[in-house]
Amino acid sequence: MTDRPGAPTRRGFLKAGLAGGGALVAGGAVAQEPDPLITEKQPWAQMWGDGVDVTPYGMPIEYEADVIRRNVGWLTADTISSVNFSPIHALDGTITPQGCAFERHHSGAIDLPKEDYRLMINGLVETPLVFTYADLERFPRVNHTYFLECAANSGMEWAGAQLNGAQFTHGMIHNMEYSGVPLRTLLEEAGVKPEGKWIYVEGADASSNGRSIPLDKALDDCLVAFKANGEALRKEHGYPVRLCVPGWEGNMWIKWLRRVEVTTEAVQSREETSKYTDTLADGTSRKWTWVMDAKSVITSPSPQSPITHGPGPLVITGLAWSGRGAISRVDVSLDGGTSWQTARLAQPGQKMALSRFYLDIDWDGSEMLLQSRAMDETGYVQPTKNALREIRGLNSIYHNNGIQTWWVKANGEAENVEVS
Amino acid sequence: MSKSRNLSAVALLLALTGPAQADRFGLGRPALPEEVAAWNVDVAPDGVGLPEGSGSVEDGEEIFSANCAICHGEFAEGVGNYPKLAGGDGTLDRDDPLKTVGSYWPYLSTVWDYVHRSMPFGAAQVLTVDEVYAITAYILYSNDLVDDDFVLSNENFLEVAMPNADGFIVDDRETTELPRFSQPPCMTDCKPEVKITMRAAVLDVTPDEGH
Repeated sequence: MTDRPGAPTRRGFLKAGLAGGGALVAGGAVAQEPDPLITEKQPWAQMWGDGVDVTPYGMPIEYEADVIRRNVGWLTADTISSVNFSPIHALDGTITPQGCAFERHHSGAIDLPKEDYRLMINGLVETPLVFTYADLERFPRVNHTYFLECAANSGMEWAGAQLNGAQFTHGMIHNMEYSGVPLRTLLEEAGVKPEGKWIYVEGADASSNGRSIPLDKALDDCLVAFKANGEALRKEHGYPVRLCVPGWEGNMWIKWLRRVEVTTEAVQSREETSKYTDTLADGTSRKWTWVMDAKSVITSPSPQSPITHGPGPLVITGLAWSGRGAISRVDVSLDGGTSWQTARLAQPGQKMALSRFYLDIDWDGSEMLLQSRAMDETGYVQPTKNALREIRGLNSIYHNNGIQTWWVKANGEAENVEVS
Repeated sequence: MSKSRNLSAVALLLALTGPAQADRFGLGRPALPEEVAAWNVDVAPDGVGLPEGSGSVEDGEEIFSANCAICHGEFAEGVGNYPKLAGGDGTLDRDDPLKTVGSYWPYLSTVWDYVHRSMPFGAAQVLTVDEVYAITAYILYSNDLVDDDFVLSNENFLEVAMPNADGFIVDDRETTELPRFSQPPCMTDCKPEVKITMRAAVLDVTPDEGH
């Protein structure tokens, strides 16, 4: 964290905020003395600000310097094959800025210029083809907003509450508006032979991260994307071209996409056998668990985003998503799941994209056990962690979509807990 | 040229190229056989894609020691947080199962494919075909699945039995979970009492700068 000298620390800020909150309760909205920020002339009201082009490509202002991706060092052996987490506790709306959208690499983020990019379509096709980046830009293009969630998001929480922050428990997710070409268009250009049932997709990086995808899904909604949120993909998200596999686990969204092979069977690559499979209590393992089930989390208040204003109006907000379609409803509980009230969706749910929800309450300053529960358009209701454990046991790593609990204390601080 | 002449020229072109070509854009170019051969190197469980070659456990031990042991250990037992490739037999139904090539991986093709395409970590695609066979043989040996005089080749590849080959089922959430998790949710008096059963602060494994 790059604190400015003399800048308040988060904990200091919390204490100051609580003191202010106390004053608010005692004095209501009545000011005790004039606010110097109003009565004294401030330099920004008198002098020039920055001219244009001071930052030809803008970064967030320095006061937001703690809104960044963070990793958990002990999770992986090194940072090359590793993951970090989006600062969802500090974001609002649904679009994740690329610069703080989580990264997951299996052999590091490679440097691949557009000019050197090649995409091959081979296997059971009439004509194996090679496309350049410039070729891809000449196909009819579409725009779609999709969430990408790593199958291991919340995976550290299988055995119980472990990491203290929404960024760490739920931050292996991002949501971007992609521009690109439907994979179907490219497959039709090569001409899929009738015996083709699967595709095998791989990246240009050393890990290749090959995955098998049923042809039906490939022809349905997979997208070969080259722009995200309006601009080129970032290096760490697969520049110049990545695959989007809407609603399915992030590992299948091949970055630096270099090859699509049409096959009769799944290849059974490392990433779909030894990894991204789910071992049940009896030792058998589920494979091909592609769909991300409906899930939600309250992003604020949360351990990294405590309540600093004391009792009174409080905005409870969070994110919800489903790999099976649009979010239809989110309920919030203040009492650990004993009673629920339906939150307000900021916008109607979109298929395979994040939804933002709000519950505006008048907080009385007492402890809360905050939970959120997502429902999708299929009628699926986000289960509790214990309900998942009853079916799957404790040895899973992936696909933990259980309900999260934040214990918000009277002082506004929050902690990751599990409840009965 | 008049507009009607233009239209009829397009109609003629469509008629000549036929309906199969009608949706195509004519972008990209045919991949050359050498290009497909360079990239189309994945190996399927039935052995399709395996090149001719062979390698012994004995050679594999040396090659593994030079190229793999720094992360995976001399005996494939793993170093630190890097993957353990050997051991774990019989642990899948216990707490913290140890998932290795021997205890977990269902297909030998996956080992060959991954070592050939992506290993060693940081210097991928430098191993020869025979070296990949030898390393694969050594990993099998480290898991007590073959004897020390074993030689693996494209010819005997499919004869190697992987212990957990039958340990996988296709995603069954649709039948085991969806009906249960698609009931109208409770809104009031959903449980008699609520107790905190576990706290993250007790474990304290969150990075300090994160909160």
